[in-house]
Amino acid sequence: MPKQGSLLAYTVSRLILALPTLLVLLTVLFLVLRILPGDPISALEAGRRSTRDIAADKARLGLNLPWWVQYPVYLSQVFSGNFGTSLGQIYLGQPVLQVILQKLPATIELATGAMLVATLVGVGTGIIAGSRRDRPPDIVVRLYGSIIWVIPVFWLGLMLQLVFAVGLHWFPPNLRYEPDPVFFPPPSHLTGLYTLDSLLEGRIDKLAISLAHLALPSLTLGLVLSGFFTRTVRANLLRTINSDYVEAARARGIRERYIVYRYAFRNALIPVVTILGLQFAILFAGAVLTERTFSWDGMGTLLLTSIDSRDYPMIQGTVIVYAIIIVAISVVIDVINGFIDPRVRY
Amino acid sequence: MDPMLQVQDLSVHYKTRRGFVRALEELRLDAIQGETVGVVGETGSGKSTLGKAILGILPAGTQVDGKILFRGRDLTQLSNQMYRRLRGEEIALIFQDPMTRLNPLMTIMDHFVEEIRDHESVSADEARRRAREALVSMGIHESRIKNYPHEFSGGMRQRIMIALAIVLKPSLLIADEPTTSLDVIVESQILGILQDLKRAYSMSLLLITHNLGIVAEVCDRVAVLYAGKLVELGPVRDIFRKPLHPYTQGLLSSIIHLETKELHSIEGSPPNMIAPPSGCRFHPRCPYAQSICVERLPPLVEFEPGHFAACHFGDKFL
Ligand SMILES: Nc1ncnc2c1ncn2[C@@H]1O[C@H](COP(=O)(O)OP(=O)(O)O)[C@@H](O)[C@H]1O
Ligand code: SF4
Ligand SMILES: [Mg+2]
Repeated sequence: MPKQGSLLAYTVSRLILALPTLLVLLTVLFLVLRILPGDPISALEAGRRSTRDIAADKARLGLNLPWWVQYPVYLSQVFSGNFGTSLGQIYLGQPVLQVILQKLPATIELATGAMLVATLVGVGTGIIAGSRRDRPPDIVVRLYGSIIWVIPVFWLGLMLQLVFAVGLHWFPPNLRYEPDPVFFPPPSHLTGLYTLDSLLEGRIDKLAISLAHLALPSLTLGLVLSGFFTRTVRANLLRTINSDYVEAARARGIRERYIVYRYAFRNALIPVVTILGLQFAILFAGAVLTERTFSWDGMGTLLLTSIDSRDYPMIQGTVIVYAIIIVAISVVIDVINGFIDPRVRY
Repeated sequence: MDPMLQVQDLSVHYKTRRGFVRALEELRLDAIQGETVGVVGETGSGKSTLGKAILGILPAGTQVDGKILFRGRDLTQLSNQMYRRLRGEEIALIFQDPMTRLNPLMTIMDHFVEEIRDHESVSADEARRRAREALVSMGIHESRIKNYPHEFSGGMRQRIMIALAIVLKPSLLIADEPTTSLDVIVESQILGILQDLKRAYSMSLLLITHNLGIVAEVCDRVAVLYAGKLVELGPVRDIFRKPLHPYTQGLLSSIIHLETKELHSIEGSPPNMIAPPSGCRFHPRCPYAQSICVERLPPLVEFEPGHFAACHFGDKFL
């Protein structure tokens, strides 16, 4: 059986299987947002406006109709990308999807940066600790893993801001870009990812500015996540280093560096990739606090302002986009695992 | 003839949280070229430890004393680099459970090519050719060489492990219960393969097993271990006809009475290996034990030519 062919077939099957998952998630969201008692609209508005006003709002959005009428409409909204228009002051009247698509790149950029930091730091320290069990580097790394894990995101963000922005002036304290309209206007909005847009424009200077702004928020979110990676990588490496196939490879006189890389490390990576993927999904939620700390104009900020301004269509749209991202990430993770591990391809 | 392998006063103590596990104590054993030596003993008697000690793959921190002479060189004094080269090239080990011994992420071909090229500077093509040859000689079809370990049955994986063990033509093969996890038909196939190989390459074979039937069938000499001590050593015929150590007697009578090939029907349970019994380690379970057995360690005595036993009353059983 050719390796490539089976990987392709596996990828396609994962994509097909993702559809029911997505449908289940969307249905759960439907129940939570519209059907269960204590729906967000009542919760958001209770005590601020009269019951009659609330009922009128609900009627305008079609939320007063029976569920079997609402559900197909809801699904067709989702699959056509038409989430209605904003009811909040800031984006009043703008199509929800359009606003979300403007904010999404900022969050993707932050999440990717954080993921890079978490993976590099987490996998690096995990390998150092796992391959030097109970020796000083391992003890230091284990301490790091436990401490960083319990530090609150916003506190770490504030500390990094204080030290590296306010104190040392190494990085800007907040925002995605310092618009200096004369010399460095922001990169043109092609993908919305400032780093990528700068590259597409061929402007290294703009790339540097974008990266400088990205540094502290990515570090904040990435470091907090890295503690978990450190511990997972270390535990898995200890498991595989003591495995039967490593012992057998030693008995065949395989070089130690191949044993560590091909046998211990690659096998330790499999569960780590899955966890990395789950964390990446959770990271989108963790980004909310980080975005607030660093005035980062992304999905998290959008969600918070939508809740503040009781912008029901925007809240619904944001949450649904989060759900789609989570399903997409899980497909990508499955495919990566299929690539590493031949056993899951069949 | 000079022995190919001479194990002299080998002690192996594993370091654990609860203390040192005395897995082997002052063991001696030798094997000449082309000879098959069986190593028997119940689970926990130190058989696998012996195999790993010879290959130098005991866990870090394990205390090893004594000498392991291979063609006159003391292996315990080898540098890491020299020892690595020797593994696979001169001494190879086949493990008990073939299901967990291959890297699940590598094809069978990858395993072979990696091993061959880690020991010899040959081209990848040449390594692949030899891999195919070794695999086919084990009765596995060439077309399967690009498959992954999980696509093979237990018996086939053990044949792959054997092919990996002999691809560099070692002169000593240690087989650690190579058939315990396999069914009877596959077992006899594997034993047949091992005997053919031995003849073809005039290898020495150290066959660790708990199956006395296998020992009777394929071994020239046999060493009996009890709780990390060598209790009896000699030609298979002598030992089967006239076992001198009460533990060996127990082993042999248990196969006769139960008509099974498994060993474990001796009264009592194996001793604690962190604080083993004083004197003769077998005394808590020995039907002939006297007070001297509790007080004094019986030395290994040659009761008839080439037939050794460690029992205070060995001469009574002659
Ligand atoms: N890595 C290890 N650490 C500590 N104790 C061990 C280790 N490996 C084996 N032992 C102990 O050493 C003794 C001998 O084990 P082993 O050589 O595997 O026996 P056998 O192969 O005869 O069953 C047993 O008591 C076992 O529990
Ligand atoms: S020395 Fe004593 S206890 Fe040990 S086997 Fe002989 S008779 Fe039994
Ligand atoms: Mg064993």
